Amino acid sequence: MAKITKSDVEHVAQLARIEISEKEKEEFTQELSAILDYVSELESAPTEGIEQISQISGLENVVREDKIEPSFDRDLMLENAPDKKDWFIKVKKIFE
Amino acid sequence: MVFMELHKLTIKQASERLQKTQDISSVELTESCLGQIEELNPKLNAVLSVLKDEAMRAAEESDKQYAISHKRRSPLDGVPIVVKDNMMIKGTITTAGSKILENFKATYDATVVSKLEKAGAVIIGKTNMDEFAMGSSTENSAFGPTKNPHDIERVPGGSSGGSAAAVAADMCMAALGSDTGGSIRQPASLCGVVGFKPTYGVVSRYGLLAMASSLDQIGPITKSVEDTEILYNIIKGYDPKDSTSKSNYDIKNNAAALRIEDRKLKIGIPKEYFGEGLDGGVRKVIEEAIEKLKKIGAEVKEISLPNQKYALATYYIIMPVEVASNLARYDGIKYGYSEIRNPKSETRNLIEVYTKTRSVAFGKEAKRRIMLGTYTSSAGYVDQYYNKAQKVRALIKKDFDEAFKQVDFIVGPVSPTVAFKFGEKTDNPLTMYLSDIYTIAVNLAGLPAISVPAGFSGSNPKKPIPGMGSNRLGLPVGLHIIGPQFSDHQILNLAKKLEGARNGLQGERVS
Repeated sequence: MAKITKSDVEHVAQLARIEISEKEKEEFTQELSAILDYVSELESAPTEGIEQISQISGLENVVREDKIEPSFDRDLMLENAPDKKDWFIKVKKIFE
Repeated sequence: MVFMELHKLTIKQASERLQKTQDISSVELTESCLGQIEELNPKLNAVLSVLKDEAMRAAEESDKQYAISHKRRSPLDGVPIVVKDNMMIKGTITTAGSKILENFKATYDATVVSKLEKAGAVIIGKTNMDEFAMGSSTENSAFGPTKNPHDIERVPGGSSGGSAAAVAADMCMAALGSDTGGSIRQPASLCGVVGFKPTYGVVSRYGLLAMASSLDQIGPITKSVEDTEILYNIIKGYDPKDSTSKSNYDIKNNAAALRIEDRKLKIGIPKEYFGEGLDGGVRKVIEEAIEKLKKIGAEVKEISLPNQKYALATYYIIMPVEVASNLARYDGIKYGYSEIRNPKSETRNLIEVYTKTRSVAFGKEAKRRIMLGTYTSSAGYVDQYYNKAQKVRALIKKDFDEAFKQVDFIVGPVSPTVAFKFGEKTDNPLTMYLSDIYTIAVNLAGLPAISVPAGFSGSNPKKPIPGMGSNRLGLPVGLHIIGPQFSDHQILNLAKKLEGARNGLQGERVS
């Protein structure tokens, strides 16, 4: 299996929305390579003809009645917001 | 009566004295536990927040109601419990062991918390844990590690290390933990208490801060199997707010269909659980426990779980992918730590708020798993890693299905070693991951499993807390009993028999 490179790490950090330092880039390159090396043993698992599963509960398409019920208290939910104005959560600009 | 020892009681004992002999009150019991926390927590760091006022109010209310009605609401009524800090109690700080939620005030109650409160339990504290339940030693907590009460130079296990240590040190009657790859059972094993992970879907996850949703399950950590059963009966059951929750009809009927108790018990010993990496002392304790199983009439046979060897690798693909997705919500916008509030920060736009917040407030292991999960589910790699792992997960589940056609339960060690020293496994993530080698497959297959104290092994504890482990050799070892889905009660019954058969032998928890 291909080893993860420093530029892979940079790309993944960007996808994951995490800023990492030069030192962390080196560390993650090494650590993630070692872990990926370990998990590559799955290559030898006999999965021909096996369907992949994403969960084991056996439940499917769990739906509920489309009924309006009381939800959370707005003021209480907003109490935790780092920045807000009136009844809104305030965010920084999206475009330069 | 000697009140100062009340914190040592089990739920069963406390409940009998509250409700039958009536020689103690919930206030006395709660004060005793709070006193124990005050005395030992500076040393152990098991409890992150002590809910003293709330607890005293609940205890007074419990006593008052009892004085009027002479009825307790459940065996838990008036009994002090601690809850892992990844379960929400409305209005109280819930950190999940992370700096990113340092000041986060829960906006609603987890279903398990509502159930505890309805049963009259007195919640006295929130317990320490590895950040977002990611770790096997509590060394990944942003608020410092928890120490093992048997030896404060050693880890309590993790991620529910705070809950296990609090129970072992008698800071409470019992605790709730959560288990994604062994996080209830491994710390229970390392702290010498009982830890039970129920069948996936039997206990609601609503209000549990998600780590890996297809694997997470809440369960009890207690001083006896009987107590585990009491707590389990209160927290289980269908919850419309958790779409992976099983209907009560399914839970009951599937359990009945197993018909385990109608015949002589058959126990399978997977040869894969006794291979390389298992500590010799731990092996000896487990082999002795297997002899005890034979003595209580079980038929023991060797079995094979051929795909067990892939469990750890499968887990370390599936879990981080789910982690990366679940932890995407912590972005510094809606709640939790935010760089917006950092006066020294120079965030110019939205994306910088995200990246700087997450970079500052997530710990190393959280970042590592987010990065890993993002990589193995990214375009170009998803087939090779994630999709492949989901197929192997099916194989692992099939192994168990086949095994449970031959045997009723599977038995083995919970963890390959006893409690290890701080820093011993932090240099190499893979070494730490191996702590959960026997527990992980259970989560992948959604099975119920318990860790029951089976004995002691290894070197003498150097620094136990006062009264713990004096005149005794070694550190605690837990026996792992795994059953088919919905065999929760049958597992507890077997564990109770084993506990009874031990009859004061060295496996008995010594307070």
